Amino acid sequence: MLININPADAFRGNGWAMENGPGPVFRVSNLCKTYRSGEVEVQALRGVNFEARSGEFIVILGPSGSGKSTFLNIIGGLDRATSGHARFRDHDLTGASEAALTRYRRDHVGFIFQFYNLVPSLTAVENVRLVTEIATAPMRPEDALALVGLEGRMDHFPAQLSGGEQQRVAIARAIAKRPDVLLCDEPTGALDSRTGIRVLEALTRANAETGATTLVITHNAAIAEIADRVVHFANGTIAREIRNSSRKEPSEVSW
Amino acid sequence: MIRALDIKMLRDLRRLWPQALAIALVMAAGVATLVLGVGAYQSLSATRERYYEANHFADVFAGLTRAPLALKRDAEAINGVAAVETRIEKIALADMPGMSEPASVLLVSLPEGGRQVLNRIYLRSGRLPDPQAGEAVASSGFAKAHGLAEGSMIRVLINGRQRDIRISGTALSPEFIYTLGPGALMPDERRFGILWLPEVVLGPSYDLDGAFNSLSLSLVRGVNPDTVIASLDNLLDRYGGQGAYRRKDQQSHAFLDAELQQLRSMSRILPPIFLLVSAFLVNMTLSRLISLEREQIGLLKAMGYSSFAVVRHYGGFVTLIALAGIAIGLVAGIWLGAGMAKLYAKFFSFPFLVFTRNPAVYGTAAGATYAAALFGAVNAVREVAWLSPAVAMSPPAPQKYRRMLDGLPDLRIRFSQSAVMVTRHLTHWPFRTASSVLGVSLSVAILVGSLWSFGSIDHMIDVTFRRSDRQDAAITFTEARPQSALFAVRRLPGVMQAEPFRAVAVKFRNGPVERRVSLVGRRQDATLAQVLDGDLRPVVLPRHGVVMSDSLARLLRLRTGDMVTIEVLEGRREHHRVPVSSIVTGFIGLTAYMEIEAMNSLLGESPVISGTYIALDAGKRDGLFATLKETPAAGFISLQYIALQKFRETLAQNVTIMISVYAALAAIIAFGVVYNFARISLSEQGREMASLRVLGFTKAEISSLLLGELAIVVLMAQPLGWGIGYTFAYVMTEGFKTELYRVPLVVNRNVYAWASLIVFAAAAVSGLIVRRRIDRLDMIEVLKTRE
Repeated sequence: MLININPADAFRGNGWAMENGPGPVFRVSNLCKTYRSGEVEVQALRGVNFEARSGEFIVILGPSGSGKSTFLNIIGGLDRATSGHARFRDHDLTGASEAALTRYRRDHVGFIFQFYNLVPSLTAVENVRLVTEIATAPMRPEDALALVGLEGRMDHFPAQLSGGEQQRVAIARAIAKRPDVLLCDEPTGALDSRTGIRVLEALTRANAETGATTLVITHNAAIAEIADRVVHFANGTIAREIRNSSRKEPSEVSW
Repeated sequence: MIRALDIKMLRDLRRLWPQALAIALVMAAGVATLVLGVGAYQSLSATRERYYEANHFADVFAGLTRAPLALKRDAEAINGVAAVETRIEKIALADMPGMSEPASVLLVSLPEGGRQVLNRIYLRSGRLPDPQAGEAVASSGFAKAHGLAEGSMIRVLINGRQRDIRISGTALSPEFIYTLGPGALMPDERRFGILWLPEVVLGPSYDLDGAFNSLSLSLVRGVNPDTVIASLDNLLDRYGGQGAYRRKDQQSHAFLDAELQQLRSMSRILPPIFLLVSAFLVNMTLSRLISLEREQIGLLKAMGYSSFAVVRHYGGFVTLIALAGIAIGLVAGIWLGAGMAKLYAKFFSFPFLVFTRNPAVYGTAAGATYAAALFGAVNAVREVAWLSPAVAMSPPAPQKYRRMLDGLPDLRIRFSQSAVMVTRHLTHWPFRTASSVLGVSLSVAILVGSLWSFGSIDHMIDVTFRRSDRQDAAITFTEARPQSALFAVRRLPGVMQAEPFRAVAVKFRNGPVERRVSLVGRRQDATLAQVLDGDLRPVVLPRHGVVMSDSLARLLRLRTGDMVTIEVLEGRREHHRVPVSSIVTGFIGLTAYMEIEAMNSLLGESPVISGTYIALDAGKRDGLFATLKETPAAGFISLQYIALQKFRETLAQNVTIMISVYAALAAIIAFGVVYNFARISLSEQGREMASLRVLGFTKAEISSLLLGELAIVVLMAQPLGWGIGYTFAYVMTEGFKTELYRVPLVVNRNVYAWASLIVFAAAAVSGLIVRRRIDRLDMIEVLKTRE
C-alpha cells in the first residue's frame, strides 16, 4: 500500500513549512547544470534566474539544446541542479532528498510530455487513476477526462486513441491531482495544428479552472501568444522575457 | 477496486505471457527435480525401512558348516542379541522346463510350524508348504520368471538326487530383495531363485537333522554389532563358521543400498545444480525483461511513485511468475516423484510402498527459486528506479561503440554492415553477452550432466564384459575340487577352453578398516578372465602378493607396496600378512586377486579349484547345459551373455528412469532460456529494426541481425557448456560411488552432440517464433514515436 502523506507534513518533515500566499511559486537563482556523458561534458544550464507567480501561464521558447527541458526537469523535481538554487514556494528543490522530491512531484506537480508517456497496458481512465490513487485530494478521474473532452473515450487503451486524444489523456492525468504547477514539455510537438489547438484549449482550461501555474515548453513561437509571459532560452540561459499585454485564445492562433 | 498499478501488472503479465510461461517453466523444472528426486528416494527409503521392520530383517548373518540346534541357546545368550534364527541353506540345481541352461535355487529351511522369528517371508500367493507333501514356497521373482503358480511342479537336484517339488505358494523376503547366484554380477530371477522348504524335509536330505548351517540374529537397539560378531565368530569357530557379517554386507541389502544410494546421489547432486541453473537463468532473464521497462519506471517516478513503490510493483510482477513456476514445479515434482517411487518399488519388488511428503524440501525448492527470481527483479529495477526520473524516462544515451579492429580499417570492408552491427552489439555489452553465453551454456551443461551416464554404463560394460571377464561362462562347484576337475570340465561338450579359479571368502584388514571380499585366485597365463590395470592393459598376476581393485584399495587406505592382513574365513581361518603388489581397475564390486598357486600355498592346501571359466562353442551350448543339469558337482553356472543382459536391465533401468526425467527437464530449461534470450533481444532492438525496415531493409536482412546474434551466442555457449557439463558429470561420478559400483567418468562425444543438438533445436524454434514477430514489426509506430 502506498501511504498518502499530507503535503504539509511531508515538507515539515524536511524542515520545510507550507506557505500559501501571493508570492512567487518558483524562485530560481543562478541555476547551473552540467551533464557528463562518457567523455563529453555538456553545460545545459549556465546561471538561470527565474520567477513565476501562482496561476501564471508561461511559455518557454528556445532552440534545441538551449536548456529549456533541463530547466523544466529541475523545477519539476525530475533532475538535480549542479549548482544554484531552485525553490518551490519557500522549499529548496536543489538540496532536497530523493524522497522529498518524490513527495514534491506527487503532491504538487503535473507533467505533460511530448510523447504522452501513457502506460500502454492501462485504459484512459486507468492511466488517470494511476495518479489519483496516490494524490491527496484528487478529482474524480472521470471528471478530469471530462475536463479535456474525453468523457466518451474513458475505456480506450492508448493504442486505440489518436495522438491528440492521448495527449489530452496525459493532461487529464496531470491535472487530476489538482497540482500547484503544470509542467509541459512540447505538448503539441507531435501533433498537427488542429489537434494541437484542441490540446492547448484543454491546457488553458485546466490552467484557468485549477489555478495551477503552467509552464509550457515549445519550439512553436505561435503558441507564445496564448501565454501571460514568454521566456526565451538560448545557450543555457534566459535570453529575454516578454509579458503579453493580452492573451489570445488557442483557437485564435495557428501554425 | 483493484489499483491501477495492479491492473498494469496483470495486463503486462498477459501481454508477456509466453515469456512469463517460459520463465515459469524454467523455475518449475528446477523445483520439480529437487522435489521428485528427494521424494522418490525418501519414499523408497521409508518403504525399505518399514518392510525390514515388519518382516524382522536380521542385523547379523553367519554361515557355518554344521552345528547342533542346541547352539542356538548359546547364541541367544550373547550380550546384545535380541533374537536368533537358525536354519539350513543349500544351493541346488533346478531343471526348469523350457530352459536349456540349468537354473540354481537356494534352498532355505522354514522352522516347524512355519513361524519364522527373523527374515520372515511375505506370502504373495498360496500357503506355507506342507511337510508331508514335498512342497515349497518359491520366491516370487523366480516364480514369475517361470510362470510357477500354486500346484506347479519343479525338479531339483537335492544332494545328488532328483526330487520333484510342488509349489505351494510364492513369497517375497526382505533378505532376498535382490537375488544373486554365487559368482553372479547381477541378479537374474530366471536363473536363480529361492525355495523355502520345511526344515523336516531339508534337514535329512543334507544330513543336517537336528543341526543348522546358517544363523541370523537381531540386535538390541544401540548395541555395537562388532562385539556381537566377535562373540559369535568365537562361538561358531568350531563349527566351521565362515565369519559373521553385518546387514550392510548382506548381499541383497548391499545391492539395494547401492541402488538407493545412487538415487540419493542423483537427488542430491542434479537437482541443486538444476535449481541453481534455473535460478541464475530466471535472474538473468527477469533483469533484462525489467530493464526494458526503463521508461515506464521513469514515468511512475515522475508521477510521484517512490522508488520503493516501483520496486514493489515489479517485485509483485515477478512474484506472480514465480508462484506459477513454483506451483507447476511442486505439482509436477510430487506427481513424478510418486510415479517414480512406484516404478522403483515394482522394480525392487517391495510388497508395499510408503509415500513420504517432505514439506522442508518443498520449502527449500520454492524458497530458493523465489529468492532468485526476486533478487533478479529487484536488482534490475533498482538500477533504473534510483536514476532520476528525467534520466530514466529519456532513453539511455546512445552507446559509444568501438571499432573492433581499430587501426585496421581495410579489414573492415570485408564484413557486411549487418555483421558489424551484430558484433558491435555483442561486444558492447560484454557482461550481458557473457551472462547470455553462460546462461545458454548452463543449459547445455545440465543436458551433458544428465546424458553422460548412458555412455559411462556402456564403457563399464565394455571393460567388464569384453576386456576383463571375457569368458562365456563360469562354472562354480558346490565345493573346492582338485585340479583334475579342470580336465573334466574341458571334456564337457562345447567347452573350447577352460581356466581354473579359486575363490575364498576373506576379510582384508588394514588397521581399523576391514572389508569382507571374495579373494580370487587365477592363473598367470589366464586369457579368459583378466585383470586390467589403469590403462586397461592385462596385468600378469605376480607370484607373491595380492592385487586389488582401486575401489577396495581406497577403502582400505592401501597403496602398492603396503602390507595388508588377510583373515581367511574358511578352513583353518588363518591370518596372513601379504603385500599389495598392484592396484587394478574394477567398476563392479570390491575385488582382490592372487596367483592361484600362490593362493593355494598361502591357504596351505593342495592345488584345488573352486570352478572354471570357460569359452563355449555357442552351437553346442544346449548339450553342455543338459550335461551340467545331471552333474551334482556343478553348483552354479554363470553365463556372461545373460549377466550382461541383466546388467543392462538392472543398472541401466535404474539410472535410465531417473536420467530420462532429468534430461527432459533439462531440455525444458534449455528451451526457456534460449526463447527468452531471443524475445528480449527483440524487445531491446525492435525499434532499431523497425527503423531499418523503414530505411528499406528486407525482413530477411533485419531478421539476420537478431538471429545472427542468437546464433553467435548459442555457438559460443557450446564449448563452455561442454566443459561445465563435464564438471557436473565428474561431481556425479563421485556421488555415485558405492562399494558395489564405480561409474567411470566417460563422456562420449555423442553426449556433447546431443546436448548441443537439443539446445540448437530450442534455438531454432525460438528463432522461428521471433522471426514471425519481426515480420510483423510496426513501422508506422516507430515513425510516430520517439526513440
